[in-house]
Amino acid sequence: MAYAEQAETEVLHEPKSFLTKYIWSQDHKVIAIQYSLTAIFVGLVALVLSGLMRMQIGFPGSLAFMDASTYYQAMTMHGMIMVIYLLTALFLGGFGNYLIPLMVGARDMVFPYVNMLSYWFYLLAVLVLLSSFFVPGGPTGAGWTLYPPQSITKGTPGTEWGIVLMLVSLAIFIVAATMGGLNYVTTVLQARTHGMTLFRMPLSVWGIFMASILALLAFPALFVSAIMMLLDKVLGTSFFIPAIISLGQQLDHQGGSPILFQHLFWFFGHPEVYIVALPAFGLVSDLISTHARKNIFGYRMMVWAIIAIGVLSFVVWAHHMYVSGMNPYFGFLFATTTLIIAVPTALKVYNWVLTLWRGDIHLTVPMLFALAFIVTFLVGGLTGLFLGNVIVDIPLSDTYFVVAHFHMVMGVAPVLVVFGSIYHWFPKVTGRMLNDTLGKLHFWITFLGTYAIFFPMHYLGFQGMPRRYYAYENYAFIPQSAQELNAFITVVALTVGVSQLLFLFNLAWSTFKGKPAGSNPWGAASLEWQTPDTPPIHGNWGAKLPVVHRWAYDYSVPGIEQDFVPQTVSAEELEQMRQLSAGTRTADVKT
Amino acid sequence: MASLPPDPGESSSSNPPVLPPAPGWQGIASDWASDKDAFKQVPWGKAMMWIFLLSDTFIFSCFLTGYMSVRMATTSAWPNPSEVFALTIGGKEIPLILIAIMTFVLISSSGTMAMAVNFAYRRDRAKTTALMLATAALGLTFVGMQAFEWSKLIAEGVRPWGNPMGAAQFGASFFMITGFHGLHVSIGVIYLSIVALKVLRGDYERSGNYQIVEIAGLYWHFVDLVWVFIFAFFYLW
Repeated sequence: MAYAEQAETEVLHEPKSFLTKYIWSQDHKVIAIQYSLTAIFVGLVALVLSGLMRMQIGFPGSLAFMDASTYYQAMTMHGMIMVIYLLTALFLGGFGNYLIPLMVGARDMVFPYVNMLSYWFYLLAVLVLLSSFFVPGGPTGAGWTLYPPQSITKGTPGTEWGIVLMLVSLAIFIVAATMGGLNYVTTVLQARTHGMTLFRMPLSVWGIFMASILALLAFPALFVSAIMMLLDKVLGTSFFIPAIISLGQQLDHQGGSPILFQHLFWFFGHPEVYIVALPAFGLVSDLISTHARKNIFGYRMMVWAIIAIGVLSFVVWAHHMYVSGMNPYFGFLFATTTLIIAVPTALKVYNWVLTLWRGDIHLTVPMLFALAFIVTFLVGGLTGLFLGNVIVDIPLSDTYFVVAHFHMVMGVAPVLVVFGSIYHWFPKVTGRMLNDTLGKLHFWITFLGTYAIFFPMHYLGFQGMPRRYYAYENYAFIPQSAQELNAFITVVALTVGVSQLLFLFNLAWSTFKGKPAGSNPWGAASLEWQTPDTPPIHGNWGAKLPVVHRWAYDYSVPGIEQDFVPQTVSAEELEQMRQLSAGTRTADVKT
Repeated sequence: MASLPPDPGESSSSNPPVLPPAPGWQGIASDWASDKDAFKQVPWGKAMMWIFLLSDTFIFSCFLTGYMSVRMATTSAWPNPSEVFALTIGGKEIPLILIAIMTFVLISSSGTMAMAVNFAYRRDRAKTTALMLATAALGLTFVGMQAFEWSKLIAEGVRPWGNPMGAAQFGASFFMITGFHGLHVSIGVIYLSIVALKVLRGDYERSGNYQIVEIAGLYWHFVDLVWVFIFAFFYLW
């Protein structure tokens, strides 16, 4: 029942009081903002944790409370929060919620009540996770991958309560992500407006749509591994714990398989990379096209690349386990699939660059972030080719090279897209522009800063500096110069961390005092900029749903004065625009 | 733009007119891509249930592959299901008899569910309600028999962390997988009962749309199908 037949008969839930409008809201736009603010809040917690870790690495012993346990706890929570509670929640719950209905021309998600529940479950997951900071023993320090047996055996910080709360929080998060994901996928498939075919959807929707499918199929593996580990921890089962002597004591467990956990975890964990990356790919495509005033190069190939990456992401997971003890033929197989996934990814990078080629590039803040994304993602992607090969991965594994790689490719690159997208869509959300000067300052500090942080880490990795160490003194194989580089990285990292206050200030200030934006400040062609009201009111489209006549990328169409053609313009109207433009031109010639 | 008629046809667009779909895979791809017929009649709720079931399939697949993996990895001998799940009836030990009855009950419930869907589309509210409640009752019987099986095994000393018959993972996998499936059946019983009562009360008469019965049925058949796999992989292996 696509083409909106059901959308026109469905009765929309009307909010009546302040509470139902802003707190227990079922409106996708309010839920999106709730999701985004919560995600940004936990993201800040994770940012502070990374600052504390950097202080220890750059200036060992400078923080009195920072012992090995605290360091591991900070590291674990930083990783888990950034990957799951910030990026996944922000891209799917934040951008997905806000943009999908507006971009496909729906009044709301198909099941607004379930959508609301999704946010409240997410908030509960966040609260459970944060509560682990305040329990005896503190949060878990098992590393964000939570590998057993160390994650639940004594000696690792947080084995009393932290790990239990972490696993419970993950399970709740997965329930939230499932409820949200079902809504996003069903909305894209069944609630598009008239004329909005799948191949007219903006790439943002494609990216988020595919990422939601990945989430629905990959999170089950994390859910199952969380349940099994919870049983191991609480009931004393032995799914993941073999017979083992820990701290001089024979444990009660026997016969379990730690490798099983790694397989389950990475069957989730690798698609998770693309749950974060695919929405970023989609959003950045729209930013580039809009701000280069040019249609996206190879739209259909971009879509098929998203689909191909999504499918392939399920058959590459064991490249995270080359050093875990696998049959070498498995390594061969997974290295091959990993390198194949580089093909559609490279295709996307080429297409972004070819979109820029001879475009009318406007160096607005969103565009700066989009360009920075291409560069950062390219570096992170290329080092991925190193690590995808077994023979190169083995010496580099567990060094800072890996840290540099994944921070570049799935940390900084998606975060740059998050920033770019916030600068791009903020005018639609609030009706006001973000401050340009502050935005540019924020961009340059963030972009150059993150490069200065993560680029040197590649060299540290080559030198053999291992990741996950609490202190690096007294290791003969680590040269003294590494410590100097580490101090440099820490200084930059703290600067970048503090500079995010600029962004927060900009958000808060511009929400109330920013320059009024009008309905379409960037001159964008896609549907969300054609709403009758800005910010869009409940129900989005007024009395009638919009009708879509073209794709989202009609920029700089020849023969037309206005350099973009909105998706809602029909062929007849386009003809009128053309004649009008021709008329003005002849008038110009006469005078 | 709002003044345009909501015409789903492509005639007014700038694109070339719609051609009949090409045969074979190309036709399927172009049809899905531009969304002419595929999914057209599928209402939102039904689509969502199918997608949820796909996701749930992955959960059960992970549980089952996890179980099979630990079963192969463990060093102790795996207990023989035929003996563990045997009941002594009239002095004779009959292997897997309880599971056979449970399976029969659950598969029968899928039959009553299918009939309920049929009567729902004919808007025969009384028969729909009766058949749905029968389905729920059969589901409840299944859960009851599962509770009996659990308590029998617990009485015999099977625990999640160990058992007298062999590998500790036997009890762990058994309680985890049947527990998770039993939870699904229990939720299904509640779900079916609520829908049945709403059907009886006439809540769907205004719209005349009884698709919710079919959607609930989808879930029920899925839970049933999952049981077939658990039966095959856990009890028969």
